[in-house]
Amino acid sequence: MTEALLEVHDLVVEFPTRKGTLTAVDGISFAVHRGEVLGIVGESGAGKSMTGSAIIGLIEPPGHIAGGTVHLAGERIDNLSLDAMRRVRGKKIGVVFQDPLTSLNPLYTIAEQLVETIRTHLPLSERAARDRAIGLLDEVGIPAAARRIDDYPHQFSGGMRQRVVIALALAAEPELVIADEPTTALDVSVQAQIIDVLKRLCAEHGAAVMLITHDMGVIAETADRVAVMYAGRIAEIGPVRDVVKDAKHPYTDGLMGSIPTLTHAEDRLTQIPGSMPRLTAIPPGCAFNPRCPKVFERCRTERPNPQPVSDRQVACWLYDGEAHP
Amino acid sequence: MTQALVNVENLGRAFDVSKPWLNRVLEREERKFLIAVDDVSFEINKGETFALVGESGSGKSTIAKLIVGLIPPTAGKISFDGTELRLDSGSQMRQMRSRFQMIFQDPFASLNPRWRVGDIIAEPMRAFGLAKDSASAAKRVDELLETVGLTAADAAKYPHEFSGGQRQRVAIARALSAKPEFIVCDEPTSALDVSVQAQILNLMRDLQDEFGLTYLFISHDLSVVRHMATRIGVLYLGRLVEIAEAKALFTHPQHPYTRMLLDAVPDLEMTGRDHKPIEGEIPNPIDPPSGCAFHPRCAFANDRCRAETPVLKPVETGEAACFAVEEGRI
Amino acid sequence: MSHVTGEGAGAGTAGRPQDEAPSSLLARALDSDIWYSFKRSKVTIVAAAVTALYFASALFAPWIAPHNPSDLASLSLLDSLNPPAWIEGGTTTFVLGTDDQGRDVLSAILYGSRISLAVGFVSVLLAAFLGITLGLVSGYVGGRTDSIIMRIADVQLTFPAILIALLIDGSVRGVLGGINREESAFYVLVASIGLSFWVQYARTVRSSTLVEKNKEYVQAARLIGLHPAIIMARHVLPNVMGPVLVVATINLALAIITEATLSFLGVGIPPTQPSLGTLIRIGNDFLFSGEWWITIFPGIALAILVLAVNLLGDWLRDALNPKLR
Repeated sequence: MTEALLEVHDLVVEFPTRKGTLTAVDGISFAVHRGEVLGIVGESGAGKSMTGSAIIGLIEPPGHIAGGTVHLAGERIDNLSLDAMRRVRGKKIGVVFQDPLTSLNPLYTIAEQLVETIRTHLPLSERAARDRAIGLLDEVGIPAAARRIDDYPHQFSGGMRQRVVIALALAAEPELVIADEPTTALDVSVQAQIIDVLKRLCAEHGAAVMLITHDMGVIAETADRVAVMYAGRIAEIGPVRDVVKDAKHPYTDGLMGSIPTLTHAEDRLTQIPGSMPRLTAIPPGCAFNPRCPKVFERCRTERPNPQPVSDRQVACWLYDGEAHP
Repeated sequence: MTQALVNVENLGRAFDVSKPWLNRVLEREERKFLIAVDDVSFEINKGETFALVGESGSGKSTIAKLIVGLIPPTAGKISFDGTELRLDSGSQMRQMRSRFQMIFQDPFASLNPRWRVGDIIAEPMRAFGLAKDSASAAKRVDELLETVGLTAADAAKYPHEFSGGQRQRVAIARALSAKPEFIVCDEPTSALDVSVQAQILNLMRDLQDEFGLTYLFISHDLSVVRHMATRIGVLYLGRLVEIAEAKALFTHPQHPYTRMLLDAVPDLEMTGRDHKPIEGEIPNPIDPPSGCAFHPRCAFANDRCRAETPVLKPVETGEAACFAVEEGRI
Repeated sequence: MSHVTGEGAGAGTAGRPQDEAPSSLLARALDSDIWYSFKRSKVTIVAAAVTALYFASALFAPWIAPHNPSDLASLSLLDSLNPPAWIEGGTTTFVLGTDDQGRDVLSAILYGSRISLAVGFVSVLLAAFLGITLGLVSGYVGGRTDSIIMRIADVQLTFPAILIALLIDGSVRGVLGGINREESAFYVLVASIGLSFWVQYARTVRSSTLVEKNKEYVQAARLIGLHPAIIMARHVLPNVMGPVLVVATINLALAIITEATLSFLGVGIPPTQPSLGTLIRIGNDFLFSGEWWITIFPGIALAILVLAVNLLGDWLRDALNPKLR
């Protein structure tokens, strides 16, 4: 494994509200290595999008990072000024959001937006930047890129727009691309194309990817490693194939069983009783304990921290002491 | 051969998407129609789950609304238990309405936020005069709440006090309220998280067994459909391209579009598989391609596909509308 | 990126880890966001207090006013044109002075606010009833009905409300031909103000109705074959009332001003039962002969009332609009 590109250590994101402080992300740690695709998966309210926003400094106030550190290529980025952060975003971190329309300005042509982004971050002439922009559009698979570059965003279909956004994210040769639900708004047949483009291009450009999604299927087909989040914490993190085939954390196990698959139809899906706790009422101890089939006394009082279990990290008392030498 | 409960024949629905009259006159434009559903025929047998899958613009939600009579068709007819549904016949329609129900996609919009859950569930039985008095209605509401996995005490609460999955349970209880035989489920779990989706899908199957319900299950999610359906119809741009037994559709897909869809769905079991690259996107339904609407994205398309529109023809697994399949080119 | 709200989302059956909602209506009201935003805005508290004070003094005018301005027997010309108490020649019997008939200005203001508020309130109710009904029908039924109602509204909007009120007032008087002028004045005024202000309600309700009627709960009601009138009244109406409340509050201030204007112009409430507007008109004649108090005090009273109601309306609009919070 190569050196860590992004290191998140004990990150805490809080939202003060009139009824008390909500902890949306509660002390999570993980690393993204150069050239890998890390999937972050979780159900709504698990804090996965908030983690992404925290890393790129885009948490909506009054939310804020209340603890922990984020290092990108050895440089600390969680305490940067707004201006410095804006330079990091774009130059070093490219971002792809769920809805391509929010990432593209409807009043400017694709060319204007791409050239501006390229020239903000790279010392290129107008001409050279435009050539580079056309090259990028070509790479993301937009037919007749040289002609279509002068079109406005509304002249593209949803899938094509998301391709443009990927081109925009890669424009300044970032080291890391954070993609937050990049395919959720798209149809299945288009979704597969976008995932392909994202995966291929990031590999070609040597960018690591942090792929945030609720869709375990997308993660399974795309990511190298996956972090499963529950109630603002990481339940399990490890190589994607192992997590899917042999989940260690009871939540991950239940989650995998609840996903219907194409290959064999069971009569009943595994169901996890209950629902994810509201942020206002996270139970003490392990956040999953009220729904856990394997709960025991310790889970109700003490909070488990991720600890190594074979090739991954699992936050569950079931595995306490197992991996200690 | 069981008798079909729902029979849909040559169903069609066009929406007028023309500009206002004055603009049309000034800009010399013709009236424009979006053909959302075109010549769709299928039948649903008693006790089965018939699924319609399709991507955006396939017309699946329009078909749902047509079948329950929320909008009138512009062509074809729908029969329920042998009787043709006629929206213009008030008394007959009223009688029919108590026999089918619908579960909607968005549990946050399908429950009136100003009503208590108990009143929401009781409304259909009140409308059809199935409750003798308010005490018996309340008793039935309590039963229904427990049937769907909630508690009787929840009747006094408002929808905002529930999570998405619980709201969908309330919506299911409302659908069961008037004791229907047939329920149209329009993407009932697409707004829910996977673990909650599993709860709702399991509940729907249990209810089907318990009350002998017939479902029309509409979804864009092939793996959910695989789990729920007995038979499946695949829609593309308002037309049925394939109908097959559920299992056969996944093992032996016929139509090139079905094959492409199956290949595109991300699946847990297929980590690291290589996708065949998929071509193109869904065309604009206002201006669909000539002939077979799928031909611009189809690897097997020839001149006939570009000129003629294929219709459903029997194949081994069911029916498919494809010249390539018909001529044995695939 | 709106994953963090109070709603932790997710769902399920048993063991819902959320606090039971407060049961009583009062407890719910005190727990609501509206009450919270009310408590935080000092201006709103003052405005609400002032408005409440006006309503109370209008309601209890016969008991708290030092004199009865309409009791001719108690008036004495000897007391006429007394200045306010703190000016030489004034007496503490008439704190704000007297007019040319010897009427106590303070008492006249208390009784006058009573009439002003009554006219404002009843005409707002009339306008709201008309506007809500027409707006609901227009939005829900759509098509030709919608076009007709909205074109009438458009035409009416091209005239100032005051002009319409004058027109209606004039025609009604013409029809009634001076019969019972004094008794009918109140109703004529209410009708003319009510008829000239319905458009805003209709437009507000129509646009909310257009949104609500496409929601699935309305489709669920149509599915069971309910009559459109029942769906409008029982399903749509309760969900479009929020914005109506805002319009109504702001229109109360407008209606009071319109009443004052009409009365000032001499087509409103007759001087025997003076409203604030009538008082201002009467006093206006004496403004240049030095007896300023007869018109200035009712003017101030009117200004404070309208300001308070307006501030209340502004707050309500912000409090009910989640986008501004």
